[in-house]
Amino acid sequence: MKYTGKIYKFGADVDTDAIIPARYLNTFDPEELAKHCMEDADPTFPSRVKPGDIIVADKNFGCGSSREHAPIAIKGAGVSCVVARSFARIFYRNSINIGLPILECEEAIDGMEEGDQIEVDLERGRITNLRTGISYLAQPFPAFMQEIMAKGGLINYVRDKC
Amino acid sequence: MGMTITQKILADHAGKKSVEPGELINCKVDIVLGNDVTAPVAISEFEKLGQEEVYDRDKVVLVPDHFAPNKDIKSAEQCRLMREFARSKGIKNYFEIGQMGIEHCLLPEQGLVLPGDVIIGADSHTCTYGALGAFATGVGSTDMAAAMATGEAWFKVPETIKMVYYGKLPAWVGGKDLILHTIGDIGVDGARYMAMEFTGEAITALSMDNRFTMANMAIEAGGKNGIIAPDDITEAYVKKRARRPYRFYQSDPDAAYHEVREYDVSTLEPVVAFPHLPENTRRVSEAQGVKLDQVVIGSCTNGRLEDLQIAASVLKGKKVHPEMRVIVFPGTQQILLEAMRRGYIETFIEAGAIVSTPTCGPCLGGHMGILAKGERALATTNRNFVGRMGHPQSEVYLASPAVAAASAITGEITPPWQV
Ligand code: SF4
Repeated sequence: MKYTGKIYKFGADVDTDAIIPARYLNTFDPEELAKHCMEDADPTFPSRVKPGDIIVADKNFGCGSSREHAPIAIKGAGVSCVVARSFARIFYRNSINIGLPILECEEAIDGMEEGDQIEVDLERGRITNLRTGISYLAQPFPAFMQEIMAKGGLINYVRDKC
Repeated sequence: MGMTITQKILADHAGKKSVEPGELINCKVDIVLGNDVTAPVAISEFEKLGQEEVYDRDKVVLVPDHFAPNKDIKSAEQCRLMREFARSKGIKNYFEIGQMGIEHCLLPEQGLVLPGDVIIGADSHTCTYGALGAFATGVGSTDMAAAMATGEAWFKVPETIKMVYYGKLPAWVGGKDLILHTIGDIGVDGARYMAMEFTGEAITALSMDNRFTMANMAIEAGGKNGIIAPDDITEAYVKKRARRPYRFYQSDPDAAYHEVREYDVSTLEPVVAFPHLPENTRRVSEAQGVKLDQVVIGSCTNGRLEDLQIAASVLKGKKVHPEMRVIVFPGTQQILLEAMRRGYIETFIEAGAIVSTPTCGPCLGGHMGILAKGERALATTNRNFVGRMGHPQSEVYLASPAVAAASAITGEITPPWQV
């Protein structure tokens, strides 16, 4: 899969309370959650984000709680993928399990600015900044996780095994 | 090459002789946990699997604690979904309000989680049970759904950072200060994906309640799990609670560690974490004087009996500052009852604090004490992210029950020896 989109850039240690504040956790409807996606990090984000846009963040994106509502809110907002210097463990796991494409890349982050158009090639782990033309290579996913994602998430994967 | 305690537990549950860090394994899980925020998502995913029953009805635990007692209609619907699922699947370990508590105080107290277990919970502070010498880690709702169906979960075997704590703890310094100090040292991603093994004479001397506090906050350093080797203190805690066999594991002397960090605890002071990250730590004497609107004592980090005992000992015969709101929320019904018997609750109420029923409530800015714009709270909880306890422009300072109680009296951050 390849995704091309405009990026929104966030800093380090964006936590799950910033991605989807706990005050909205009394539901898990993706559309409802999307209305408040990233609200405490950038209140204008939910109204500005367009389907296909990409979130780019510094280290430890998604730290904090285990709420799957965080990747669900991002996916619900139409974000096609998230690229970060690194992800917090549970967020990483949840994204894979619900089928939100993510990529961890140390080098790509510094070379990107808010509003850049980038292309993300998930299988190859390649990120290209269309403004500068520079490409960066990310760690490909371990085989085990690729299988889960190929099946469209953990539930389908388990269903096929049961 | 030897193995760490984490590796040994994982290897046994994966049916392997040994496992290496980085290895992907499928493990049998002893307990699968969910709460009223995460379980409804898991239940809807579970239903997509088309499987009639959960893999083992005694191994699934459901606790409505975040927004329970139901704070609004939507929360009531979430709790009902859980309750109906528990009834239809014959899940005994569903805890209605009245039996309920904050999950990470409740499960150990009820003897549901035991040394040597592999436990997953759709809540990040599931790592708390590592204090018993178990492998316990937070996962998402989809993981919970899959584990309810199969009894298994996939893991990447983590590397371990070993923390060695030397020396004797000074007065007023406890588990909360040790873990905040450690997070201040390594940062909120200092143990990302890794196991944190807490060792050393200061840990051996620590009570179970203080150990739970430490393991609870492993996630705040990015850790996959926190773990403390079980000993006599663990045995004394679990033997009267366990209703199934358990096993003590220890790390091999030649186990490989990613890193070993050493701390001399004898020079420590109580620690306060400033907004908006748990790693922004300062000694309490350097934090002194920050004016507060609210003090919150409780949560899965510091809502246990010993925490209430310390807070009560500071507040005994004193009054909370007139411009201060003080909320005490005990971890479980049993803790509340015992605190009442011992007179702590009376102390809190006489001092001018309110005492809430066990609930996560204020800890995650859910209900029971939300902060307005610009307000400041000092809390014995575990997270002080932007908006954690209310308005995005409110502030949360994290500290121990001793510091919280002292600050409640003066209206500003205060060392406990000054009141
Ligand atoms: S008390 Fe706070 S940290 Fe603990 S489980 Fe509840 S919301 Fe989470």
